[in-house]
Amino acid sequence: MDELYREQILEHYKRPHNFGPLEDYDLEFEDSNPFCGDEQHIRIKLDSDGRVAEVRFEGSGCAISTAATSLLSEELAGKTREELVRLDKAFVLDLLGIDISATRMKCALLGLKVVKGASLGKPADWEDEGEQGDPTELQRSGI
Amino acid sequence: MKPVATAPSLPRSVDQIRAEFPILAREIAGRPIAYLDNGATAQKPEAVLEAMDRFNREHNSNVHRGVHTLSEEATRLYEDARRTVAGHLGAEAREVVFTRNVTGAINLVASAWGDANVGPGDRIVITEMEHHSNVVPWYLLAQRAGAELDWVPITDEGRLDMAAFEAALQRGPKLVAVAHISNVLGTINPVAEISRMAHDAGALVLVDGAQSAPKLPLDMAELGADFYGFTGHKLYGPTGIGALWARRELLEAMPPYEGGGSMIHKVSKDEISWASPPARFEAGTPPIAEAVGLAAAVEWVDGIGLDAIHAHETDLTAYALARLTEVPGLRVFGPPAGDDRTGIVSFEIEGVHAHDVSEILDRHAVAVRAGHHCAQVLMERLGVAATTRASFAVYNTEAEVDRLVEGLLDARKVFEL
Repeated sequence: MDELYREQILEHYKRPHNFGPLEDYDLEFEDSNPFCGDEQHIRIKLDSDGRVAEVRFEGSGCAISTAATSLLSEELAGKTREELVRLDKAFVLDLLGIDISATRMKCALLGLKVVKGASLGKPADWEDEGEQGDPTELQRSGI
Repeated sequence: MKPVATAPSLPRSVDQIRAEFPILAREIAGRPIAYLDNGATAQKPEAVLEAMDRFNREHNSNVHRGVHTLSEEATRLYEDARRTVAGHLGAEAREVVFTRNVTGAINLVASAWGDANVGPGDRIVITEMEHHSNVVPWYLLAQRAGAELDWVPITDEGRLDMAAFEAALQRGPKLVAVAHISNVLGTINPVAEISRMAHDAGALVLVDGAQSAPKLPLDMAELGADFYGFTGHKLYGPTGIGALWARRELLEAMPPYEGGGSMIHKVSKDEISWASPPARFEAGTPPIAEAVGLAAAVEWVDGIGLDAIHAHETDLTAYALARLTEVPGLRVFGPPAGDDRTGIVSFEIEGVHAHDVSEILDRHAVAVRAGHHCAQVLMERLGVAATTRASFAVYNTEAEVDRLVEGLLDARKVFEL
């Protein structure tokens, strides 16, 4: 079996979950990977408690970025905006369950970047490395 | 139909040429590397490595003004390098400015010439197939000056739409900036014709020679352009150096670009006068060892002959285009094999993203480039986010193209297509 392109990764690449438009949403964000031009656009509907009710993403990307966002999208239901911003790199890498090389890290984390951007309503200070970033960012964003 | 000229052949075998490149002996994943990423940077022959090493060991010193043996040697080698580059371009040494690369050359023109000559409402013509290095400096100039950019579209085959170009010229642009060879499509643009048309319309022409300098015999008079920039590391030379060629009277009329040492005639508290070109545009200590390395690269290339290199790469491109048809679901971008296409083959495989293609090719020790190739306007025109690009050099072989095809078939297998 292929170490990187495992069945689960290929499955999520070919048939990504929560993929497509979402008409009724509260949060959205679009970003791209400047090195390869891959783009992802995420839309999130919150419930009356401010927790994630529905997630949909669109865009074009490689197997790693598409599978990562597909897997991530399934883990977001019930989370608050603050919890979304606090998601870290390890969370996504665990979901992927494969070794990601330095050059593919930006692919793996593009989805996390747009999720954080959506919950903040602006690009996260947190950069591509998936760190938690500046803790005051939440307050400054009024979350 | 044009008569078929006998293609000049390489003066020594490709195997002998390969032996001059130490890095080609590198193995990746247990196999010798098939380096097909020459459009990004080419490898360096022993002649270049030795020339730079010798300079650093025996002649290193700062150039100009030093009255000691090493400085005189370094100055002579640096100015000899300029003469070598000028000779290669069929130009005069005083028309050659050393820059850090082609990006540096284009930014120099966009600032020094552009700020003095482009004003509100003026137009600059660029094309849909330009690399960002021949887009962004003009965008920045247009913003500063209140000027407009006109984009010449490409045809579905990946050639410039010459009718649209002619229409753009009727709007009276100040400058046309165009790639000699597209870094994505491999299209050779008809630069001599473009220059004639632009000059008839009163516009100057800047040619981005990043991909053409290593691939085509060059003669600035024949090219007919006003500015030509190229970069050393794509021409088997070092990084950190490139050159701008410009017609002498243009350079002489241009104000300085960067300020610093070496670019002045005289400095007082009240007044500064500028050095003559090319020194006017070379502020500060230049990349001296790199200039020496670039000259060695140019001499090495001229020893083989760019006509022979061009014939070799064009044959290899035709071979690659033919073999790639064996890969199901593969779509090649750019013109079909022919006189106006060389050295570069970009493609996509349905169902496998360019990054994943590149990752799987790396397992076969085949090095290609994946992404937007700094040509996002072109990607949009082609309707793709990214492509995979194989780009050839004089040392590449049909056997390496075979390994590319083998790797691509494996990529389809990995993706269960």
